[in-house]
Amino acid sequence: MGEAMLVLEHLTMKFGNVVANENVSFQVNEGEILSLIGPNGAGKTTLFNCITGFYAPFSGKVSFRGQNITGMRPNKICKLGLARTFQIVKTLKEMTVRENILTGAFLHTRHMKEASKIAEEIMVLTHLQHKAHQLGANLTIADKKRVEIARALATKPQLLMLDEAMAGLNQTEIKDAMELCLKLKKSGITLVIVEHIMEAIMPISDRVVVLNAGKKIAEGTPDEVVNHDQVIKAYLGERYHAKSKKN
Amino acid sequence: MVASKHLFKQKYILGWICIVIAILPLAIHNINFHHVMILLVMYAALGQAWNIITGFTGQTSFGHAAFFGIGAYTSSVLFWRYMLSPWVGMLLGAVIATTVAFLVSYPCFKLKGHYFAIATLAIGEIIQQLFVSWEYVEGATGISLPVMGEGFLQLQFHRSKLPYFYIVYFLFILVLVTAYLVEHSKMGYYLKAIRESHEVSEAIGINPTEYKVYAMLISAFLTSIFGSFYASYILYIDPFMVFSLPLSMRIVLLTVLGGLGTLYGPIIGAAVLIPLSEYTRIFFGGTGKGIDLIIFGFLVVAVACYQPKGIVGLFQKLFFEPSTAGGGKNG
Amino acid sequence: MLTQIIATGILMGFVYSLVAVGLTLTWGVLDIINFAHGEFLMISMYSAFWIYTLYNVDPLLSLPLTTIMAFGIGYGTYKVIIRKVVDAPGLTALLATFGFSLLLRNLAQFLWSPNYRFINQSFVADKKLTLGPIIIGLPQVFAAIGSILMTLAIFYFIERTKTGRAIQATALDKHTALLMGIPTEKIYALTFGISGACVGVAGALMSTFFPIHPQSGALYSLLAFVIVALGGFGNIKGALYSGILIGITEAVGGFLLGTQFKYAIVFLMYLVVIQIRPKGLFGW
Repeated sequence: MGEAMLVLEHLTMKFGNVVANENVSFQVNEGEILSLIGPNGAGKTTLFNCITGFYAPFSGKVSFRGQNITGMRPNKICKLGLARTFQIVKTLKEMTVRENILTGAFLHTRHMKEASKIAEEIMVLTHLQHKAHQLGANLTIADKKRVEIARALATKPQLLMLDEAMAGLNQTEIKDAMELCLKLKKSGITLVIVEHIMEAIMPISDRVVVLNAGKKIAEGTPDEVVNHDQVIKAYLGERYHAKSKKN
Repeated sequence: MVASKHLFKQKYILGWICIVIAILPLAIHNINFHHVMILLVMYAALGQAWNIITGFTGQTSFGHAAFFGIGAYTSSVLFWRYMLSPWVGMLLGAVIATTVAFLVSYPCFKLKGHYFAIATLAIGEIIQQLFVSWEYVEGATGISLPVMGEGFLQLQFHRSKLPYFYIVYFLFILVLVTAYLVEHSKMGYYLKAIRESHEVSEAIGINPTEYKVYAMLISAFLTSIFGSFYASYILYIDPFMVFSLPLSMRIVLLTVLGGLGTLYGPIIGAAVLIPLSEYTRIFFGGTGKGIDLIIFGFLVVAVACYQPKGIVGLFQKLFFEPSTAGGGKNG
Repeated sequence: MLTQIIATGILMGFVYSLVAVGLTLTWGVLDIINFAHGEFLMISMYSAFWIYTLYNVDPLLSLPLTTIMAFGIGYGTYKVIIRKVVDAPGLTALLATFGFSLLLRNLAQFLWSPNYRFINQSFVADKKLTLGPIIIGLPQVFAAIGSILMTLAIFYFIERTKTGRAIQATALDKHTALLMGIPTEKIYALTFGISGACVGVAGALMSTFFPIHPQSGALYSLLAFVIVALGGFGNIKGALYSGILIGITEAVGGFLLGTQFKYAIVFLMYLVVIQIRPKGLFGW
């Protein structure tokens, strides 16, 4: 695996007295798919927002390709090559699919021709070319999530962070999404995926980080993680854990 | 494919509308009609300029009369006190209006939604009050521009209104082209993204404040130009005329009525509202009873209630998407 | 002298608050800017005037009647106009209410002429109240007391009654409220009616000491916009406090810098406060 692309050091985030993330540290290496998993309320999305600049962390440090990006504005972080999607899809409703993607493509160019070319490529990559002229508001949830990813891709990121891009999709759609992730990895994009659907991300992840109650409780390959004591406890509860130990 | 054809069609219609507007005053020789056409074109342009900040960017401004007034006062004061050509005043006024826009932009763009709208309204009212009490510009009395011989340089024509019309028409085309270029450039896409979602725009690398300021500056610059023109045309200005809230609201009204965020919305809105208000004023206005504005108000309410997407929405329904009309609104 | 001015400002502030409470209700619950709010006020003032002129009834006695009528105007406006634009995109609702305000204002001018009218014979007219160094007109005192009572009544209604809670629920989320069995359509109409009733009371009270003419509403609706924004949209308590604040600012600012600047100062204060509290004093 390549060098460290994203490094989190002792990141803590508080809302008033509620601690959402506590002393979280891990790193994402160039070219890998890293999954961030954990039960509901584990603080995954908050962590996500801290990394991408939507929240300023309470303490700790985030660096991206050697540069300290802690507390930097989201648009600056995006310019550096770190793009994200939103858990609750935010399609630009009054704009078509193509316009949604085109807007992202303008990040590194002022010229319509160049941006259009990028948008076309991305639409082919994400299988959206047939829906290019539909309004964002009229899309199905699966397509909205696809547009969300496509729009982020159009900014030409080196690291793409997907926040529950598969939630609410059916089996075939999930399979498509998995394929897309692998395709992106192949094209050299590093991925950080926040997800609930284990069977979807375990096969494609190189490494997994597990959060519970705001803290990192495990890190490793998918195999290591699923056999990790604390992970089983967090996901299935103490009783199940005790029972499985007995057998 | 569908959309590019669509676009072509829209561009085409826009071109025809402009040609018709240019020819009409030649075809109909009537001083009232020429006056109505001048105002129509002026308001269409003002709507277009306002559309850039509100229609494209989604930041509702209720204070655009401030920029209009600054343009009117700058050129008038320079002409009246120093005999400087209104053209110079027009340019200077636009620069001042843009500067003012820049100064108020940063504090205002910290605010969202209605808070921003009320702030623009407040700024408009403050500027009006300042001019009302400003001795140097004759306060509430207003300025009567000295009547000179006819000429392009002093922007005065007394025998016919046609020169005024073609000057304002030229300025209107300037605004239309600017708006078109903005809409079809990186900036246009960015502005619309900001309108649709502040968060998404940040996530794809846009600095929303920066682009909102750009939109505001362009809008203020263009609005101010017409203030200067208007002063030279009417030859008299006072703060209650050029800085008034009703003027700001008129710009808002006609654009929303025509179709917010579209290029021909302001043109259609002005083409409906301005003749309506001017002719009802000519017919009924003499009675001093406000019948003109009763009819005007009634029609505005009726359009809002029965054609919520503006008149452009009606046309789109009729010509572009007859099968899906009214459908697919929810998301 | 300054206490005198502040006292006058506070009294006027209570009246402003009531007008703003009416506006903030429709704004908060329906998310609609009612530009015709000031015209409702103007019509209420005329109503008090005509009852006084034609039947010789004191505006303070005809107040209930004016209030009921204003409630009816608000309710009817919702049923006829607002209902059609409440879900419309963009600024359409604004178009409707602004058009309606033009219609009402000019209809008033058409029917009743642009002349200034006065009610000279109300039993509070020309009477003064002396409290130590402060001398204030009885009409203002009555207006302030009436406004306080009405504001408290609205506050109680919204916070304590079942219908009031339904209004709050509708304001937060119309669709969920509907799922919970709240007849949101009725709630909307009721809210508009109550909003009208607020200016009904305010209009009747103000008619005893303000000139009545077709433009009387315009200025107060402008002030009410600023008060509502200053207090935080949809926030009744915010409207109450910022109304008083605006009343004082207007009086003191006018005294110190000249009356021609009093509204400029009010607007300037809004701009300054909103920089520190971008969602209004009581917004969140």
